[in-house]
Amino acid sequence: MDLKKSIGAYLFLLPAGIVLLVFFFIPFFQTIYLSFFSYSNDVYKPEFVYLGNYIELLKSPLFLKTILNTFYFLILCVPFLVIFPLFLAILINQKIKYKNIYKILIYIPVVISIVVVAIAFKWLYAPEGLLNFFVEKLGFAPIGWLSDPKVAMISVALVTIFKGVGYYMMIYLSALMSVPNELYEAAEVDGAVGFKKHMLVTIPHIMPMIALVSTISSISALKVFVEIYVMTKGGPLNSTKTIVYYIYEKAFENLDLGIASAGAVILLFIVMIFSVINIFVFEKDKYTL
Amino acid sequence: MKKIKLKNIFIHIILISVCILSLVPLLWLLSTALKGRSENIFAYPPIFIPRDFTLDNFKEVLKLVPIVKYVINSFIVAISTVFLNVILSALAAYPLARMNFKGKKIAFFSILATIMVPFQTIMLPVYIITLKLHLCDNYSDLMGYLGLIMPFAVNAFGIFLLRQAFLTIPKEIEESAVIDGCNSFQIFYKLLLPMIKPSLALLAIFTFIGSWGEFLWPSIILTNENLYTLPVGINNLSSAFSADYRLVAAGSIVSIIPIIIFFLALQKYFISGTTEGAVKG
Repeated sequence: MDLKKSIGAYLFLLPAGIVLLVFFFIPFFQTIYLSFFSYSNDVYKPEFVYLGNYIELLKSPLFLKTILNTFYFLILCVPFLVIFPLFLAILINQKIKYKNIYKILIYIPVVISIVVVAIAFKWLYAPEGLLNFFVEKLGFAPIGWLSDPKVAMISVALVTIFKGVGYYMMIYLSALMSVPNELYEAAEVDGAVGFKKHMLVTIPHIMPMIALVSTISSISALKVFVEIYVMTKGGPLNSTKTIVYYIYEKAFENLDLGIASAGAVILLFIVMIFSVINIFVFEKDKYTL
Repeated sequence: MKKIKLKNIFIHIILISVCILSLVPLLWLLSTALKGRSENIFAYPPIFIPRDFTLDNFKEVLKLVPIVKYVINSFIVAISTVFLNVILSALAAYPLARMNFKGKKIAFFSILATIMVPFQTIMLPVYIITLKLHLCDNYSDLMGYLGLIMPFAVNAFGIFLLRQAFLTIPKEIEESAVIDGCNSFQIFYKLLLPMIKPSLALLAIFTFIGSWGEFLWPSIILTNENLYTLPVGINNLSSAFSADYRLVAAGSIVSIIPIIIFFLALQKYFISGTTEGAVKG
């Protein structure tokens, strides 16, 4: 561990280090710093308010609603994104034909920009759109997919699910390939078939992957933004306003930098709960020195 | 045997249904884009195969909106972002995997810490800093592109992905190169880098997809329509022509053609390698 070698190591780290410093570390500390100032009276004369912004946020019914909305969204998406792709992966992993075609077609929504996906769904969700045609065909009253405050968040979550299924399916598939065949054979000898075989062998073996998919999909659910921006702008009646959307509005529309930053710090804390679990439990091997 | 056959048919039915579901929104968009003026796009019952089949919507949307320009911008931004990510991640990953140096722990955990902080929570100061550095389209096109690229020039996921790849190479290979008198840059560039090509390809592909679809940051930083990337341009199109869904649909279809080609050409990487590229989004 001589000096020359250390300098060499730092030369390798330098370019990435500069980018991370300028576009990550400085902004990170600035977010915390800004969260202690109020810009409400005058954008050019921020006023130091200690924890004022945090207190204001936690007292604000709208902000608390955005937290609840965000978790509601998470609960709508995450269980589905954890279970359904696993089910699909198990099906594709059977000895069947056309595997690759299925994989490719189911993966297509993942590569398409979320903006286009959201535009396509906005069209499906139109009052006289394709979805309502089927709803009426089944004998129900048309649904206000994006206009009914009770339904709008579910509609948004469907888009996120639509775009995410293929991605998580691929993660599961590569995990499934690592399940040793002998385990299945042993289970078959013990008389387990079909569904039971998977409950006994597959699920326990890829439990770490299931845990990983739960945390990754939770983290991305907490960060949801584009679907909402394109389809509902947080409405109707703030029913789809999530934390990131709230921060975005405060920062870039109301120029209330202090409140936006305090909101960001609160979001950061929530996300960190999930990512700490992820890094130090589920993906320990990848992230240990 | 018969039981297995029946089971397989059942599996195919489920998988085909899921495939149809994942394509319907896009096919419906395509069908709408191909419908002519005389055809009611809200027809009841809905019509999937256009009766008044036409390509006019595509011609018109290409005339009204500089979609080709958006495609070029998206390419410039995505390719540059990929290029920087591959180089900077590889450079940073190498010492973290293969060298012992003072402060390695600090460097390692600082980079790890960045994984925990989503971009959305720091975007406001990133915006302020980017403007202060004049990396904005008000100054020049080049600065505008740099403003789109630089905040995403490297990230911890890429560094850790490549670090993992470097770790799998046996130490002996490096030792023999040291005996031959190679310095650490030569070892990195000539010996180790070619050995992690599959991981570099994976990083490149996932960075490309991510950059191509990125909406939040470009929509914040861009002011000049000349620099719009596809997602921003298409979103703009959808609000400007919300009354004419045929045009919005045609524009959206045009915008996804490049990425679909890219995906189909490189599908074997997607099918084999999602795990290591995981944990992005």
